[in-house]
Amino acid sequence: MSGWRGLVVPAGIVIAAEVAARATGLQSDSLARPSEIATAGAAALIDGTMLHATGQTLIAAFAGLAIGTSLGLAFGILLGLFRTASRLAAVSVEAFRPIPSVALIPIVLLIFGFGYRMEIAIVAFATFWPILILTRAAIAGIEPRLLEVSRALGFGLGRRVAKIVLPAALPRLFVAFRLAVGIALIVAVTVEITGNTLGLGYALMDAQQSLRPALMFALLLWVGLVGWGLNAALLWAQARLFGPAAAVEAAP
Amino acid sequence: MTARAATAPASLAPPAAREPLIRFRAVELTLAGRRILDPISLDIGRGEFVCVVGPSGCGKTTLLRLIAGLYLPSGGQVLYDGKPVSGPRQDIAIVFQDYGKALLPWRTAAGNVSLALEAIGMPRAERPARIAALLATVGLSNHADKFPGQLSGGMQQRLQIARCLAQAPSVLLMDEPFGALDAMTRQALQDEVLALAASSGATVFFVTHDLEEAIYLGDRVVALRPNPGRVADMFDVRLSRPRDQLTTREHPDFLRLRRTLFDFIKESEA
Repeated sequence: MSGWRGLVVPAGIVIAAEVAARATGLQSDSLARPSEIATAGAAALIDGTMLHATGQTLIAAFAGLAIGTSLGLAFGILLGLFRTASRLAAVSVEAFRPIPSVALIPIVLLIFGFGYRMEIAIVAFATFWPILILTRAAIAGIEPRLLEVSRALGFGLGRRVAKIVLPAALPRLFVAFRLAVGIALIVAVTVEITGNTLGLGYALMDAQQSLRPALMFALLLWVGLVGWGLNAALLWAQARLFGPAAAVEAAP
Repeated sequence: MTARAATAPASLAPPAAREPLIRFRAVELTLAGRRILDPISLDIGRGEFVCVVGPSGCGKTTLLRLIAGLYLPSGGQVLYDGKPVSGPRQDIAIVFQDYGKALLPWRTAAGNVSLALEAIGMPRAERPARIAALLATVGLSNHADKFPGQLSGGMQQRLQIARCLAQAPSVLLMDEPFGALDAMTRQALQDEVLALAASSGATVFFVTHDLEEAIYLGDRVVALRPNPGRVADMFDVRLSRPRDQLTTREHPDFLRLRRTLFDFIKESEA
């Protein structure tokens, strides 16, 4: 393990910040000493509020992700397999895709009010597009010979998708899913910050408004940690799932 | 159309007239406004081994795809067992040249063979025994758990052949199957295909650009001419079977036919 070298810089910054804060006798509503942040974070972890908020954010993020991913996958396969469908949908996709998902907050708020449903709807919208686009590209990138093999074997659409198309596209689909997980977390927290009374984003706003910068920074670090942990877990899963196949592909 | 025959001893007279399994009736093909095939008529008998040669762009592969039902003719009819071909069918199997692309890289050798068994609806419980038998047929018993990427080119092509045999096909369509293999592997696979064709009684339609390979394997060699593709000539091969890489290739009839074909190709390219 030589990874410890990467920790030198952040550790140095934390120590420097601590020293500087103590030397200047920092008293602030917007900044906090690293030691205060650690104390506040530990307290929030121990009393369960941080984990409770994390659970809320993850529930909303994953529920939205599940909806956005399954719809994106279904439409992506459709558009990837059938050129006519792709051409018919092209204008609509390019018109809706650029809409920033958080711009939907006002209208979704009108429909669902505050709570899980509006957050889930926005996360679903935000993850739907990248999954759709990347699925379509992954399907279109499948070796044509494989599709011909499936035709020659007489597979219908269902078995062609299950036995040839999805397995062939799976590694790329998984990369798309990893991307979508990151987007889901970002959008969920953003929706919470903009007013939804749930989860880590709301906890952050609450800490800010009650002038507790130490807790605010602790939550910020925690959000980063959650995102990092999710990505690490997915990378591990990716290596486990596609490691051998990837190694084979790399071999001559 | 004339069928020039290489002279053969009387004892090796042409096999009894066979009822054609595949008939091209004035088949023509135009794809995206481009004339690919001029009207072609051709009969292929049951159990016959037909080799197709010709320069690139002469429509060799197109003929194969018409039999497979991957193309439908713009004019005329392709008849299989008396009925027009309307799409792919499971008793016609295709061996592609690019085995590396035709195999499923995420499935093991056994899994790739299994794909064809799944296609014909064989119950799960019966598959392992059949897979083992098929892999044994092509000499891959010891490689059942390897992925295609871990196999040599020759082994990958054997695997593709095993997958095609899993369909228990009446017709084996082979599209320059050994074009990318080294000479030794190619000869070994030629003999394996001959043995498989003999034991299964399958009709084989074999596309190649190797004239000697065509003579060595075929009962008949069909020579095509390009732009647009059409049948230029046909040659019956009356060399005795089983064939042998040394004696068959040294046989005067083999050499005579080889000469005829080479002259013919040179002529048609001039």
